[in-house]
Amino acid sequence: MNAPASTLLYSGSDWNFDTLQRIYEACENIAIGELDLNVYPNRIEVITSEQMLDAYASTGMPIFYKHWSFGKQFLANDLLYRKGLRGLAYELVINSDPCISYVMEENSATMQTLVIAHAAFGHNHFFKNNYVFRQWTDAEGILDYLEFARHYIARCEERHGQAEVERVLDSAHALMQQGIHRYPRAAPRNLNAERRREEDRRAYEESTYNALWRTLPNKKPTTRETRDMRQKSLGLPQENVLYFLEKSAPRLRGWQREILRIVRLIAQYFYPQRQTKVMNEGCAVWVHYNILKRLHETGQITEGAFLEFLHSHSNVLYQPTYDSGHYSGHNPYALGFGIMEDIERISRNPSDEDRTWFPDFAGCGDPIDVLKDAWANYRDESFIAQFLSPHLIRKWRLFKLDDREKDDEVRVAAIHDEQGYQDVRRTLARHHDVASLDPDIQIVDVDFDSDRKLMLEHTVRDRVLLQREDARQVLQHLADLWGYQVILTEVDAADRKTLNSYAIDPRPGIFY
Amino acid sequence: MHIIDRRLNPRGKSLVNRQRFLRRARDTVRGAVRDSLTSRKIREIESEGEVSIKTGGITEPTFRRDSHSGNRDHVLPGNRVFRTGDRIKRPPSSSGGGGSEAGTGEGEDEFRFVLSREEFLDLFLEDLELPDLAKRRLTGSDSFDIRRAGYTTSGSPSSLSVPRTMRNAMSRRLALRRPTSAEIEDLEKEIARLEAKARPTEKDRATLDALRERLVVLNRRRTLISYIDPIDLRYRRFEQERRPISQAVIFCLMDVSGSMNEHMKELAKIFFILLYLFVTRCYRHVEIVFIRHTDSAQEVDEETFFYSTETGGTRVSSALEEMLAVVKDRYSPLDWNIYLAQASDGDNFTRDNVQTTALMRNEILPIVQYAAYLEVSNPPSGGVPGDDRATSLWQAYSEIGEAGGKFAMRRVHSRKDIYPVFRDLFSRRGTAAHVS
Repeated sequence: MNAPASTLLYSGSDWNFDTLQRIYEACENIAIGELDLNVYPNRIEVITSEQMLDAYASTGMPIFYKHWSFGKQFLANDLLYRKGLRGLAYELVINSDPCISYVMEENSATMQTLVIAHAAFGHNHFFKNNYVFRQWTDAEGILDYLEFARHYIARCEERHGQAEVERVLDSAHALMQQGIHRYPRAAPRNLNAERRREEDRRAYEESTYNALWRTLPNKKPTTRETRDMRQKSLGLPQENVLYFLEKSAPRLRGWQREILRIVRLIAQYFYPQRQTKVMNEGCAVWVHYNILKRLHETGQITEGAFLEFLHSHSNVLYQPTYDSGHYSGHNPYALGFGIMEDIERISRNPSDEDRTWFPDFAGCGDPIDVLKDAWANYRDESFIAQFLSPHLIRKWRLFKLDDREKDDEVRVAAIHDEQGYQDVRRTLARHHDVASLDPDIQIVDVDFDSDRKLMLEHTVRDRVLLQREDARQVLQHLADLWGYQVILTEVDAADRKTLNSYAIDPRPGIFY
Repeated sequence: MHIIDRRLNPRGKSLVNRQRFLRRARDTVRGAVRDSLTSRKIREIESEGEVSIKTGGITEPTFRRDSHSGNRDHVLPGNRVFRTGDRIKRPPSSSGGGGSEAGTGEGEDEFRFVLSREEFLDLFLEDLELPDLAKRRLTGSDSFDIRRAGYTTSGSPSSLSVPRTMRNAMSRRLALRRPTSAEIEDLEKEIARLEAKARPTEKDRATLDALRERLVVLNRRRTLISYIDPIDLRYRRFEQERRPISQAVIFCLMDVSGSMNEHMKELAKIFFILLYLFVTRCYRHVEIVFIRHTDSAQEVDEETFFYSTETGGTRVSSALEEMLAVVKDRYSPLDWNIYLAQASDGDNFTRDNVQTTALMRNEILPIVQYAAYLEVSNPPSGGVPGDDRATSLWQAYSEIGEAGGKFAMRRVHSRKDIYPVFRDLFSRRGTAAHVS
């Protein structure tokens, strides 16, 4: 039955700012009132497609420092967009307080509804409640910090020249994924305070600088330090290469260290997004689906609008099978939303199998409570390991292949049957563990007595080595920053045998 | 909740980054732009366009896992046929990437993007350092037209607009209620009738007095409100309008007989492109006419012009005749600035030279802004300078001389010669005195 026209939020596809306001309020009523979500205050910004391309190029951030690689990003996206090879995302959302969602002016009213439900409530709730984000990101401070970073780097360019700064940034970017603390420490970072700390640090250095000290002869070390003492004093082994360089690289100047720090903190800020992609997108899709469904049920949007929504919704959830030619890995939207829908089913309407697998919540009747717990306390790896059900493994017909380097054939290790469920689930979970996907590289030692060689070790799992050319180039950047030779050894995790090694000397004249 | 409209924010936020990227990749981009000289069509040269460069110098390396080594496992959706323990031949080139390998940016050895028109021209012309050349000479010759532009209240008697003036006068007369002649005549008749009465009554006498009084008022009104007043006058107004010479046509003439090889055509093409770029900077609207000839000439499209080869004799005058025919047909020298660029290897029927020279001197040079003859020849081999023996066409054209700076002829052997020659040809009058 069609509702009377007066309850409709909009008709047709045109929208204006009043429509947006009405749509937002209707979504909010459902999100807060019925789904009981907990969100940061929202800010919605209307932008053009060109501005969306701009935002894409600087990792979605409204403020960012200047660097050529963002220009490269822009040109690449621009070409794909012009050729129609890639549509633009309808939305972009920033983990900040207030939470900023960009919507494009080209969207239809239905798409704006979808975007507001998806970003302003789905992602927003996830950002605010998930433990990884709570631990590692500072939604309140991020925009101020980016503003600081941009100013700091611009000032460095004035003082030291654009080329000099660009070299540091290039090298820092190459090591960005090696600039993350993967395990939490006591205090969460407050990015607002970071800026003040930097200012204090420099003020202190300036006030205590005494040119006389430079003329003191270097004292010869009286005793040879033991390896243990040395490692302890340097905090080795250290997996955060950027952090180590910032603190211990012997020849870097203060501003160069600060730039490494900026890149490192930004990498850290984005790390939670990499760890929770499946959940974050799944949460946003689940929220927009339920909000739109309710809007339709209560007669606030037309049948046509609901059909338009369903069309986009199912496009987003499209998961090709491995042999379809369109296959390019698991679609995080489909995976996340699929599991969340399944949680709903198990909570309301479980089978005997579900009761055995999920005794904690099968048949509890309150799926939103279960979901909110999952959104708050898991990341992709643990989420899949905990919630991927045999029902879904059968539905998606998941199977596992073992691919051994020395064999010409791959072996089907598990399929969707009793014996296979656990194995498939465990493997898929591991594939979503960012920490185990990134190569495990640590700084193990520094030869401080003679030529200050920096020793790194790559612990090789499953005999998967580093891609050679890239590794060589990254190590070149590392050697340039360090100022002395850098040695990387690839060591087999199982038997500690050396599989490969690199030794790279710094290029003279790059930094020193 | 706030809704903010950001659409009017300054555009091009990533412009700086874009410029930095181009600067960083300048050498490669410039090379690519320059290479596109020979692959692009002349008309496309100035439009925005796609450029692809090798990623050397713009790669952003990270530590990543080699996709060809080691043991791995994959979880894939959509199994219909396999059971546990089945063995499958490894698909070629490790396509079953699984979730972990998705998006590792492999095979990124070429980078493609679109340059805007300005960026393209900047890089293109930066390479060439195209100078201002003779721009001023070409654009300084605007002509003027006289055009009517409404009416004015002052002017010379010859431009008085009678209808407009009369119309103004009439409306003024109506507005101020100037008595018409007919009104006064009627009144006078009435007075005359009453005066003619033999025995006027008391009432008639009173009426007569009133009518006489009224006649006096009307006559005074008529003298006070003139028939035509200076404020009614209107003059036609004329304005001088600047009419820039805004259109130009370039005639590209090329000998396509068997002796013209690909190398020579490429030299010619680069020359034509330079000429096109140069002229489009001076004129708003530029057309190109391609004429090719062997012993007879025809107008063709760009494709045919550059990429087809004919055989047969060479009669250069046929091309000049064809050009004159096209000019007569479509490009009146009164309205168009005409340029001629002719490329040939210089072979011509000896007996045609007289005809050619005569056409050039008497028919073409008087109507064109500039004519350039470019003689293309094979690259010098093994350090020996190219064959500088004067060809028959060269000899013939030499008789024309500079023809008041309107005619120039140069000879090129290789790509690098073209730009200096072009610059030489189009520098200001008087500086292009020497022949290479």
